[in-house]
Amino acid sequence: MSLLRVENLSIQFGGIKAVTDVGFEVMEGEVFTIIGPNGAGKTTIFNLISCLYAPTAGRVMFGDVELTRLAPHDIAGLGIARTFQNIELFEQATVLDNLLIGRHCHRRTGLLADLLFLPGVQRAEREQREAVERVIDLLDLAHYREARVGGLPYGVRKVVELGRALAMQPRLLLLDEPSSGLNVEETDDMAWWIRDIKEELGITVLMVEHDMNLVARVSDRVLALNYGQVLATGTPAEVQRHPEVVEAYLGG
Amino acid sequence: MRFVFKTSYDQDIRLLKHGGQTFWYGLLVVALVAAPAVVSEYYLSQLTFIAIYALIGVGLMLLTGYTGQVSLGHAAFLAVGAYTEAVLQAHGVPFGLSLAAAGLLAGLAGIVIGLPALRLSGIYLVIATMAFGFIVQEVLTRWESVTRGSLGITLRPISLAGVRLVEEWQLYYLALAVLTLVLLGVLNLLRAPTGRAFVAIRDSEISAQSMGIGLARYKTASFALSAAITGLAGALYAHKLQFISPEQFGIILSVELAMMIFIGGIGSLHGAVFGAIFLIALPQLVAVAKDYLPAAIGHQTGLEPTVFGLILVLVIVFEPQGLYGRWLKVRHYLQTFPLYKADMFRRQRTFMKSERAR
Repeated sequence: MSLLRVENLSIQFGGIKAVTDVGFEVMEGEVFTIIGPNGAGKTTIFNLISCLYAPTAGRVMFGDVELTRLAPHDIAGLGIARTFQNIELFEQATVLDNLLIGRHCHRRTGLLADLLFLPGVQRAEREQREAVERVIDLLDLAHYREARVGGLPYGVRKVVELGRALAMQPRLLLLDEPSSGLNVEETDDMAWWIRDIKEELGITVLMVEHDMNLVARVSDRVLALNYGQVLATGTPAEVQRHPEVVEAYLGG
Repeated sequence: MRFVFKTSYDQDIRLLKHGGQTFWYGLLVVALVAAPAVVSEYYLSQLTFIAIYALIGVGLMLLTGYTGQVSLGHAAFLAVGAYTEAVLQAHGVPFGLSLAAAGLLAGLAGIVIGLPALRLSGIYLVIATMAFGFIVQEVLTRWESVTRGSLGITLRPISLAGVRLVEEWQLYYLALAVLTLVLLGVLNLLRAPTGRAFVAIRDSEISAQSMGIGLARYKTASFALSAAITGLAGALYAHKLQFISPEQFGIILSVELAMMIFIGGIGSLHGAVFGAIFLIALPQLVAVAKDYLPAAIGHQTGLEPTVFGLILVLVIVFEPQGLYGRWLKVRHYLQTFPLYKADMFRRQRTFMKSERAR
């Protein structure tokens, strides 16, 4: 069953056609990867799915909901979480607080209840912390729980951002270059976690990635993009062999 | 050194994290309650001012320190609170109601300025809030039928439940009570989802949105709350001064308020209170220092603003975390006494330059 359906998606910035007539479907429970050279429009597609941009044409369907009509902050409530290419964490807050902010879409209390810290708020807080603690265990972040994010090394921040997305307990996880800036060992960990996320947590993953090794290891299907247009879709091996993809990467 | 061993989530949620805090805050409460019996009327009056400025500081800190929206128009919210109180008192409205109205009306003013401010950020927001400050000041000057214009309004002492608060200690307790309640409310807010949403907006708007935090809703809420708290302070301020006129609520006051929280330590409620203490204590210290300085310096006009400005520059250069940051370092030094490392608080170099990597 398809969880996310992108139909004839196009966006233009002035005269620049960043994404042209892109269509694909992400099935429930798979890891779907978008690859392509720099400037191919991969992150633009992510931003279109997260409603940060409005498309010039086409639409994005999440189940029965048309995402393209929503505001950026409505997406989380539907069960879509994302990470960013350049890490967008809450720098001055602790790791724990970052993950707790990830739980925001599950909040049930209002401003007034928060102000008085009614018993309901306390109960909700305990539940949120329990959920966050499970993510901390999964990603081995216990050591950094109380640390301020701003002072953490890049590799750890990357994991914290993944954790924040997982704390949302999403149905669909968008990962924008999860391995960028990571060393070999950290990339290896990332590959394991992506597999865990898919198999143990049952979360569908849509990612943008450059590291073909990682792509081949974790992806069920791959879509290759160049100049905002789809070159090929298929299993990692099929796409890697596709003549147009080879040409795009090696310059033919 | 103290190590807090955590065994339950409640330990993180509680306001007082360990016995030491309970002891010291308890001692502070006792000292503050006992103050009228100990200090002279003059110093008590200064303490009342500190409580009122701390109240404004808490309001401004919520907006600037926690939500990241800089405001140079907070004197206007203070004015809205003060004038609401003055006008309602003149019409015979009981104090409890007029205080609530002062907070409410200032909160509404906060929403009015907050809504257009949603599209502005950084320096543009500063300019917009500044403009708002000028507009409010101008309205107060021109709307003579209500505000008596530049003539100002003289306030009578508060009567609360039949008691007229004419003594200094009565107003002191009132200001202290309001400050305590507001502090507790804000502390609650900050340990709950709403406060975390504010922090999220401050640190990264784009990922706050991806977490499902509506910028419009939370920025407006922050503006409204901040303005409402400042409005409450305004009502007390009006009674403390006993006379208000539009020129008291000018840009200079707004700048002073902003400087107060920066010097106190941005991003902490301690900072708001420390800043208030600094703001009230500095003129006294300058007055004392005047006698010891050479006449050529001591009798210069503008000595106080110069010292104020100098300290602000020094704080920004050497201690961006303000007085509260300095206090944390001193405390850490004492706690770890022989083992203190000079590099403990050295800020890490960031090689990835971006707007947020401060």
